[in-house]
Amino acid sequence: MESILSPSDLGAITLTLKLASVTTLLLLLIGTPIAWWLARTTSLWRGPVSALVALPLVLPPTVLGFYLLVSLGPNGPLGQLTQALGLGLLPFTFAGLVVGSVLYSMPFVIQPLQNAFSVIGEGPLEAAATLRASPLDRFFTVVLPLARPGFLTAIILGFAHTVGEFGVVLMIGGNIPDETRVISVQIYDHVEALEYTQAHWLSAGMLLFSFLVLLLLYSFNPAKPPR
Amino acid sequence: MNQSNTNAVHARLQVTRPEFSLDVDLQLPGRGISALFGVSGSGKSSCLRAMAGLDQVAKGYLNVNGEIWRDDSRGVNVPTHRRALGYVFQEANLFAHLDVRRNLDYGQRRVPRTDRKVSLEHAIELLGIASLLPRRPETLSGGERQRVAIARALATSPRLLLMDEPLAALDYQRKAEILPYLRRLHDELDIPIIYVSHSAEEVAQLADHLVVLEKGRVVVSGPLTETLARLDLPMHLGEDTGVVLEGRVAERDAEWGLARIALPAGDLWVRDSGEALGLQVRVRILARDISLSLAAHSDSSILNILPAMVEQIVGEAHPAQVLVRLNTGGVPLVARVTRRSVATLRLQPGLKVWAQIKAVALVG
Repeated sequence: MESILSPSDLGAITLTLKLASVTTLLLLLIGTPIAWWLARTTSLWRGPVSALVALPLVLPPTVLGFYLLVSLGPNGPLGQLTQALGLGLLPFTFAGLVVGSVLYSMPFVIQPLQNAFSVIGEGPLEAAATLRASPLDRFFTVVLPLARPGFLTAIILGFAHTVGEFGVVLMIGGNIPDETRVISVQIYDHVEALEYTQAHWLSAGMLLFSFLVLLLLYSFNPAKPPR
Repeated sequence: MNQSNTNAVHARLQVTRPEFSLDVDLQLPGRGISALFGVSGSGKSSCLRAMAGLDQVAKGYLNVNGEIWRDDSRGVNVPTHRRALGYVFQEANLFAHLDVRRNLDYGQRRVPRTDRKVSLEHAIELLGIASLLPRRPETLSGGERQRVAIARALATSPRLLLMDEPLAALDYQRKAEILPYLRRLHDELDIPIIYVSHSAEEVAQLADHLVVLEKGRVVVSGPLTETLARLDLPMHLGEDTGVVLEGRVAERDAEWGLARIALPAGDLWVRDSGEALGLQVRVRILARDISLSLAAHSDSSILNILPAMVEQIVGEAHPAQVLVRLNTGGVPLVARVTRRSVATLRLQPGLKVWAQIKAVALVG
């Protein structure tokens, strides 16, 4: 192994997995209520919120990264907030990377959840209400189990998409070993240094990982592939 | 806690939606089956959903045998999950992630032990679903699913059972399979059941009290037999116009395969379908199956001929036809005859006639 992957490669892999795990966990916590609301609301805000959530799908990651950099920076509103809270500045830290990843991967978690929630419909929820289940009880005993395929899809896609991010990381994270240097940045560095062999190993690893993830996903949801 | 009637369901409900409004004030018996009858869009289901608290009610009052679930004057609006009701939906709405046994458990587990009056075993037995317990909902037939849904609702020991066209999604065979279970509920449960239906046949078989709804308003509300015999109502029953009478199996004639049903008004002979002697049964006589004559014919193939008195004659939608209300010893019958016959026989209130009943259906 040592001859194939250098310690800095291994560091990048560990960091990437940590980033993807933290991001996915946070996205499940934030994304579930948003997806639930989007699936059920008739509010006029549904359109704008949906559009906002879907933005990272079409926006170049550099644009997202750029605005994050500006707003989280020392003169940005969020930067001033984090400083006032004693958190310091987030750009070029692991925490900053997490913030960027959460925004970047948000649609990949919210959309499968929203679809899963819509498919359940009102029927089982109304039945549960007439069977004495309180709203929270209904969510945990009816919605969660029925939406399980949606959660699996959301976790897999959110995790995989975070592993594959590059533009946002480069803008907001930079290239600090064991802090912000993830696999995709590491590959970029290898290529710049003309270390094609190392670049190959990491790239091939990513390729295999991505394929396996998608294979897993499509065997979970054979009938209707996620969009 | 309240001075109102504690053996009745009183519902005053107003629902306002852009395309529809419901405004009803219902007094229903505190036990037995009340049918909400009407065409689709008449507000039957909305009424039921409003009672359950599933839909927003603009203004309302709901008292179920003394329990107040909604009272604007006191700011009471109990959420659905705190109303001790059972609700059977048109499509069973079983939980797909649970097997039948755990579907049944779901509601009962949430009811305090001291409030459990119907045991799971009793509900299972009542609906005959013991063999289905380990099955998953997707492996059940439509009729089985609906029986499980009814048992699931009963297992919560509801104080009000609401049924929203539980048979509508089923074919004829499945309906016939469930009806006996519904009649059993009627006989064994000491709670009010409100049953939404657009089928006159189901109503005739099951209901004790009939409410007819039209465009979100109550057209009529009263005991089934009386209400069906009223001619002053735009019932819109058409071919289904007729009365339902209750009687007892008094004799079974093996030679001819007939059974004699004793009614307060006299006897009716019907095809013997195996009902036990002494059993309380319902017969349905459609208006189109009664013809009138001035003398009793003994040379007719018609078995059932009852003496009656004309009470009222009312024109029907088609100018050729009228409905005639008859009184046979205190029991009402409704006959549909032509206007020409009325003129030929000089039918008028007070006249004594013979009602020749061509068909009697034993409905339960």
